[in-house]
Amino acid sequence: MTGKITIDRLDVLLAHAQVLETEAMERYQDLAEQMEVHHNHDVAKLFRKMAHVESIHVQKIIERAGDITLPQIHPWDYQWPDEEAPEVISDDDIHYLMTPHHALMLALKAEQRALDFFTHVVENLSDGPVRDMAEQLRVEETEHVALIKDWLARVDEPGEDWDEDPDPPVLQE
Amino acid sequence: MNNIPATDQAYGPRDYKSSVKPVWCPGCGDYTVLSSITKALAALALDPENVAVISGIGCSSRIPAYLNTYGFHGVHGRALALATGLKLSRPDLNVLVTGGDGDGFSIGGNHFLHACRRNVDLTYIVMDNRVYGMTKGQPSPTTEPDWDSALAPGGTGLRPFNPLVIALASGANFIARGFSGDPNGTAKLIVDAIRSPGFSFVEVLSPCVTFRGDQRGWKQMVRPAPVDPTEDIGRAARRLMTDDGMNLGVLYQGHREPYVLENNPVYIDAAQLEDQFKL
Amino acid sequence: MQKMISVALTGSGGSGVITAGNMILQAAARAGFFGQFGRSSGPQIRGGEAAAMLHLSNHPVDAPGDVFKILVALDWHNTDRFAVELPLSNDSLIIADPDQGDIPDVLLESGAKVVEIPLKKLSKQVAKGRPNMVAVGLISGILGLGEDVVDQAMVKALSKRGEDALTSSRGAAALGRDAANEIEFQASLGDAPQQTNARWLLNGNEATGFGALLGGIRFVAAYPITPATEVLEWMSPNLKKLGGALVQAEDELASINMIIGASYGGTPSLTATSGPGLALMLESLGLAIASEIPVVIVDVMRGGPSTGIPTKSEQSDLNIALFGPHGDAPHLVLAPSGIQDCVKTTAWAVQLAEATQTPTVVLSDQLLGQTRAVVERPDTLPAGSMRKTSAASDEGYQRYLVDNSGISAMAVPGTAGCQYTADGLEHDPVGVPSSQVADHRAQLDKRAGKIENYDFGDDWADIEGDGDLAVIAWGSTAGVVREAIRRLDKGGLNLRLIVPRLLAPAQPSRMAEALKGCDRALSIELSHGAQFYHYLKGYYDIACPLTQYHRPGPLPFRPGELVQEIENWSRS
Repeated sequence: MTGKITIDRLDVLLAHAQVLETEAMERYQDLAEQMEVHHNHDVAKLFRKMAHVESIHVQKIIERAGDITLPQIHPWDYQWPDEEAPEVISDDDIHYLMTPHHALMLALKAEQRALDFFTHVVENLSDGPVRDMAEQLRVEETEHVALIKDWLARVDEPGEDWDEDPDPPVLQE
Repeated sequence: MNNIPATDQAYGPRDYKSSVKPVWCPGCGDYTVLSSITKALAALALDPENVAVISGIGCSSRIPAYLNTYGFHGVHGRALALATGLKLSRPDLNVLVTGGDGDGFSIGGNHFLHACRRNVDLTYIVMDNRVYGMTKGQPSPTTEPDWDSALAPGGTGLRPFNPLVIALASGANFIARGFSGDPNGTAKLIVDAIRSPGFSFVEVLSPCVTFRGDQRGWKQMVRPAPVDPTEDIGRAARRLMTDDGMNLGVLYQGHREPYVLENNPVYIDAAQLEDQFKL
Repeated sequence: MQKMISVALTGSGGSGVITAGNMILQAAARAGFFGQFGRSSGPQIRGGEAAAMLHLSNHPVDAPGDVFKILVALDWHNTDRFAVELPLSNDSLIIADPDQGDIPDVLLESGAKVVEIPLKKLSKQVAKGRPNMVAVGLISGILGLGEDVVDQAMVKALSKRGEDALTSSRGAAALGRDAANEIEFQASLGDAPQQTNARWLLNGNEATGFGALLGGIRFVAAYPITPATEVLEWMSPNLKKLGGALVQAEDELASINMIIGASYGGTPSLTATSGPGLALMLESLGLAIASEIPVVIVDVMRGGPSTGIPTKSEQSDLNIALFGPHGDAPHLVLAPSGIQDCVKTTAWAVQLAEATQTPTVVLSDQLLGQTRAVVERPDTLPAGSMRKTSAASDEGYQRYLVDNSGISAMAVPGTAGCQYTADGLEHDPVGVPSSQVADHRAQLDKRAGKIENYDFGDDWADIEGDGDLAVIAWGSTAGVVREAIRRLDKGGLNLRLIVPRLLAPAQPSRMAEALKGCDRALSIELSHGAQFYHYLKGYYDIACPLTQYHRPGPLPFRPGELVQEIENWSRS
């Protein structure tokens, strides 16, 4: 969905923030599992780490929410700009031979999307507690982006033959 | 229509996942379809023990093992028959059927026709990747006529099967198309499909990363259907016959009564049937 | 003194020969007699040539007579088609309508006595009278069946057609009875036996359906096929009375899968088919075996291979029933040995399937299925079946748990904490697909062991007599062998008859026990390829020399034929 994002209630904002981090966390867990099953252990480890980091973010949101009851919103009713929650890496972009560099590039894009999301939320809010909270969340995303960039700098870029697999696909059933 | 009232206990999507790890190729659209199914079940708050997921053979048919519901991984092409027998005799269960385009429209074609015709309350989710993935890349009934493969070099030259039109003509009560690249939208479609009484058919375009790399382009090609779902079968027929395969959303909502067996009360004991033979 | 009289009635073009035959059987039944009624017909759906074949007796009928004492022909169109099935002797009587043409030479060759009666002319003497009703009166008169029982049979058959039909039939039958009085020919059934046991009138297909319901079947999905369709036609309304249901599927592949699905959901389920249908179902039979889901498949065998001879009987589906599914796929195969036995054996099939969570094939055949008979009511009726299920669980439920019995709990969907995915893929005890050595071995052992180690009791076979010459037969052949042995016993031959009811898993040690003290054994079957003989040779411990007599259908065995074969063999 494109168009203006209007989140002007604190509980709705926090619900979005929580799901944003939770879906990211769960997706990293699933991707880690996929990588493990396909014996890409370097990337699996990386995704596990990302999942752990996201889990901390989830905790933080829950703590922030405190006593506020967050509304139950159906997955398709969230005001995400794209089909999925912004911080989620798409299943489409995964390759069983991907390198840590690929993974971090995807994570970086994900964090950037999350940052863009909160930026838009802030832009569409007038002053007040909701805006303040949204701004906090936005700032945190900038930190996350920086962290990933940092990490990326320490990782080798993939070689030209990164997706070469001499074996053909295997018949299963 | 699910007959089990949503319980007070809320389920999260993860509650419907089993501990078995999927072996699909990373990048496969089925991962997100699996996630969409769990989101749909959670949204409906269905007790996992009251859900049964039936499948045939193929990559997408592996789904039952990855869910924490009851399941049946049957033989190639016969999932709809398994599901029909189960649902007719156990109308209290929520029965989903999952599978691919080969399983559903080639070997399973006859059962597909009759499942739509019978209109038993089932939800049939077909992950259409226009290829036989599990057997390493042969054309399926929905494959484009010019797609090159080892068994059909240069393409089959055959017009692809149009499952949505067939479903409509055969009597399906709910027809929708989703895309694995839109998991939340697909989840909503599955919720609508389960809620809709009778036979609900959801085709989910689900790219095969290993044998149909060209399907990466689907992301740019799909679009929400430009018109609202119709309840008019003639209008639906026209739309589906001229559809380019990329329109997403609920495309047809019918109002046929779902087929159920008469709820026959037990009149007599089996032994009393003897009376008709007695001299 | 045992007495049997065989009567045949032929006619074509809507002459109502089968209706007449049914009426005579009804009348005889009401009078207290036993009997069998079979039919033969041309390929037309209506108006074709037909033969009604009755074998009536003061004693339960195990086998048809060797020759027909009386043949009444309403006309001679294509009757030579039936010549082989209507053996006559010079003791027989042919009643022919002189206005209907010449009697075929092949029938005259028997030397039978001929009496001419203008059946059609007679029928015209009554308003709307029909020759077949004249024949009913005629035959009843010769047999000595009372007017009262014939009238009762007529009312039962024709009450739906209204008063006029009844009146004209009564009138026509009376004329026939008068004509009978003029015939000098001894063929009276004599006195009806003193009834001690209750009796039933039904055919094998109905008996099979009844047995299934007694065993607990409450869901049927099936596709029509000759000669099994009547099982379905009988079961459909009767299932309803018990709260069950029958669904017509789009083909046999759907039928077997629907019943697997219903059984998975907890409902004992069944389908009925014939050879071609069973062939289609084999893959899914394998699925039910691998996923341990009980279902019952009734195969009313007909002439094979392929489309074969749909309206005739044979015992040539034994091989696919035993060995059809691919892989090592042990399962149960039962065979009823008579029309009355269809009740017990089909019920037992349900009970065994449910108890062992294994599909069971019931091999009936066209002879049993479509022959209507007066039989003795069994002393007891089977009552229900039991499946081992699981209560709701918190601990890890293992659908395919391996233990000594091999029979694990089968959770009914809806049971909390016991969710599992049934799978045709090989699996571990939880049900997760597995290609591991240990899992495949363990599950193969489980599926084989649970039926190999099952205590089937004495019902596995009927063993009669203690002679040192043994005859082994199964299915519809058993009754004819029994009659042949009865005749030979009178002649001083001391024979033993072994009729297995449980064909798979093979029971080699029990068979060896049954054959203790035997010098020789002879197997008899209606199959061109001697399927049963080869099965015995391959899978049973038969210490004594085993010979076989086999031939294909379409003709059923006759007692005289088997008397000769057994006698020759006993002398060789």
